[in-house]
Amino acid sequence: MTYIGLSLTLLFVLIPFLLSKALHLQLEKDITIATVRAIVQLFAIGYVLTFVFEAESMVYIVLMVTLMIVVATLNARKKGLWIHGITWKLALAIIAVEVITQGVLLGFQIVPATAQYIIPISGMMIGNAMVLSILFLNRFKAEIDARQDEIELILSLGGTPKQAIHRQLTDAIKASMIPTIESQKTIGLVQLPGMMSGQIIGGADPLQAVQFQLLIIFALLTSAAVSSTILGYTSYKTLFTKHMQLYKA
Amino acid sequence: MSHTITFKDVCFTKNDRPILQKISGTFAAKRITTLVGPSGAGKTTLLKLCNGLLTATAGDIVIGTQSISTIPPTTLRQKVGMALQAAPMINGTVYDNLCLPKKLHNDNLSEQEALRFLEDVHLPASLLHQQARDLSGGQRQRVSIARTLVNAPPILLLDEITSALDHTASLEIEQLITQLNTKYGVTIIWITHNLEQALHVGHDTWVMIDGQLIEAGPSSLLENPQQHATKQFLAGGIR
Repeated sequence: MTYIGLSLTLLFVLIPFLLSKALHLQLEKDITIATVRAIVQLFAIGYVLTFVFEAESMVYIVLMVTLMIVVATLNARKKGLWIHGITWKLALAIIAVEVITQGVLLGFQIVPATAQYIIPISGMMIGNAMVLSILFLNRFKAEIDARQDEIELILSLGGTPKQAIHRQLTDAIKASMIPTIESQKTIGLVQLPGMMSGQIIGGADPLQAVQFQLLIIFALLTSAAVSSTILGYTSYKTLFTKHMQLYKA
Repeated sequence: MSHTITFKDVCFTKNDRPILQKISGTFAAKRITTLVGPSGAGKTTLLKLCNGLLTATAGDIVIGTQSISTIPPTTLRQKVGMALQAAPMINGTVYDNLCLPKKLHNDNLSEQEALRFLEDVHLPASLLHQQARDLSGGQRQRVSIARTLVNAPPILLLDEITSALDHTASLEIEQLITQLNTKYGVTIIWITHNLEQALHVGHDTWVMIDGQLIEAGPSSLLENPQQHATKQFLAGGIR
């Protein structure tokens, strides 16, 4: 694609901008900021990736992945400030996802251990773990708020905090996994996934692109399950006092 | 072990606001003590302190001769049962709800045992496999009491369990609680807004206002209060 062609795609930004103005949606500022940020951030990462790919050094790969984990953790923690020590719990969940997925992919030599594979796949796994962690935290809080009576009932009958919050915990884990499972069911029928489309547009063999896409969606399932489970089971205890009372009660 | 509950200078503060102030007194064993007072007097807080759903910020609560601070929370809550105002039910049938206390302690409740508990609270056996969400308010409250009784608690705390019920259902619950007290010798502390109920169901009554215990004694004190604040409350001056 030429830079002129890319510039013309700004028409896709102009349309919502004009619609926002006409309908008084007051989104013009947000659209402008989002567009500028997308351009700057993506070009910046493009140059960084070019440098890392050419350097062929594991140190840069580790630095890059660490940066992704830190940014993802700090972004998601805002939704979980009601949980004591949320930053470390999130970091643990996201690191676990990264270690498991890269462990399988590199350990079984499913993909080569090069920056070209490790960084994009890490980005997808870490990004997905971040989004699902936020989804989990929102749902977990909503479940606790809505069913505080039930938690108190189980505690009042002599149940432990784990028993008292079990339903809210599993419902939140389930809720954060469902979107991944559902999107997997319709993949290829309703929409072609972004990564696969990108590969095909880039000239790759469609069947090769499908293989990589399958690799990614299977790994995303692990990401969904592992991130919310680790986050849930490391978090619930901090919601109770040492006397087994719900902090909010 | 005697199942008296003794409060010794108990205070409870939340967000720097005193909810209970230096409460001292004894709930006698095997008797029904009604707890009355205006909204916000700290009655529910006092009840929750008794079974460890809250912890006193000062003072001590003693059951028999043992301070509750030395009893593990799960053990304490089995001994001191509590029926909550909203009578929350877990998803599932009445039987699932009755099994809950046993399941929490890795035990089982047979259908025969469950039916006995239903009988205790005067509910028909046909309700056992009915969905709990389909129960009427009165039935829910009875199932809630039966579920609390599954742990065989020697002390039972009741938090306004008849406030959402009509007069007939309310009377039936009163009879039921009186029978439980007589039949099993359960020590009962019952929060009620119904002064008539407090008088004829309670052996003893505590009057609480603004986090303080104003007056305590035989329930007849409601007919002949000694304290000015109690008189004002009973006359409807304090709500």
